Amino acid sequence: MLPPARATLMAALDAGWADPRRLYAEGRRARALLDQAREELAGGLGVRPPEVSFLPAGPAALRAGLDGLRYAGRRRGARMVATAVEHSAILTTGRYHAAQAEEPSLFAEVPVDRVGRVDLSALEQAVAVPGTVLAAVQSANGEVGTRQPLGQAYELCRARGIPLLVDAMASLGHDAPPAHFDVLAGDARSWGGPAGLGVLVVPERTRWRRPGPVSELELGRTDVEPVVAIALAAAEAWRQSQATRVDEAARSSAIVRRLRAAAGHLRDVEVVGDADDRLPHVLTFSLLYVDGEALLTELDRRGFAVASGSACTSSTLEPSHVLTAMGMLTHGNVRITLPLSMIAPTLEDDIDRFIAELPAAVAAVRARLGASDL
Amino acid sequence: MNRIEVDARGLRCPLPVIRLAAAARDAPAGTLITVLTSDPAARHDVPAWCRMRDHELREMTEVPDASGTDAASAAHPAYLRFVVVVRPHPSKAAGGGSNSARSSRAM
Repeated sequence: MLPPARATLMAALDAGWADPRRLYAEGRRARALLDQAREELAGGLGVRPPEVSFLPAGPAALRAGLDGLRYAGRRRGARMVATAVEHSAILTTGRYHAAQAEEPSLFAEVPVDRVGRVDLSALEQAVAVPGTVLAAVQSANGEVGTRQPLGQAYELCRARGIPLLVDAMASLGHDAPPAHFDVLAGDARSWGGPAGLGVLVVPERTRWRRPGPVSELELGRTDVEPVVAIALAAAEAWRQSQATRVDEAARSSAIVRRLRAAAGHLRDVEVVGDADDRLPHVLTFSLLYVDGEALLTELDRRGFAVASGSACTSSTLEPSHVLTAMGMLTHGNVRITLPLSMIAPTLEDDIDRFIAELPAAVAAVRARLGASDL
Repeated sequence: MNRIEVDARGLRCPLPVIRLAAAARDAPAGTLITVLTSDPAARHDVPAWCRMRDHELREMTEVPDASGTDAASAAHPAYLRFVVVVRPHPSKAAGGGSNSARSSRAM
């Protein structure tokens, strides 16, 4: 979390502790703070405050966005379309509905190319099928960094009257906010805010309706009350991240380019994702003959916290659905997400050390597997 | 024609690919290597290895649960069977292969 957002969170715990629905002074103050947070985020996202709702987390906002579009379209059908590299909140929900109805065609997963970009002609065909009520396309992929062609996806959906749900959980705070969507979801952690805040944007023009009983919370878009202090801290983090976004993106991009070049010099490596049209702050690569879990442990021992999409590092022992959809090697996968500079002021030095130590870490893991000379 | 079978059932990633690569390293070009694996990642990683190392993936088949005796199906439930054709070795002595193994598209 950004330090100013942390300070705001602490202060807001004192000022905004009361129930915003109560009429006493403390309640009214909490209401005013919540409204202030909503206005800040609405302004940043280019929408009006009543179009913004706070949910407990990004994935919850994404799922709520999906459920509301599906419910609003229930008289036209129940078929949903998503790219094969969407967040699991989308994919598991879509597959669940198709399985419940025993009708696999109710959820279509649109293929992506080798860099992870959606096949637009396949998307166009998918949304043309009668009974389709929504399409889900992320702004950019949080695992491999590739940006999606949102403008084109939006146009071809609009031509068919299909609302577009955009998952901006990976990009908000790093890229300019998406301009093309019918429903948008984000997570405050992506812009340096606290955990525990998802943002759901439903513009007035969009036909969206939450299934279930009517709720008075968050303009009727959830039945979970937001924590005022968390929302206020998220708004402060948003303000900070927007003020520095262009500089941060340039700095991160330069580091990512260095890291991708350094990884590319390793033996038997696939550096994954689009080289240029990508998020500034994430990168991933896969190494042949490397155990992802062992490499993470080896890097952790050297003081580096990285993630992995390899099967051995997941609870289900299934590899990343993003890497498999792209046809990329899934084992020996390393995923790096760069923090904002206010959070990690010594990042450049750490990256120097990482680049210096990575070859030895990889060699150590390959040697342990007897794979040094394959 | 030279044939090798690599039974990697029960091994987890990246071991099936490592066993396959070890077999391919010592095999003459044109050798048919059959790999049996129950690792879910191998479904994606064996084709990726073939692509990175320029070997030919001739066949991928899913072998369902061994019907019949319970003991056999318990030992090896469902697994995948790949058939790979080993490519001619390039300048192996020069330690080559690493460049061609990189995906130029991703760089």
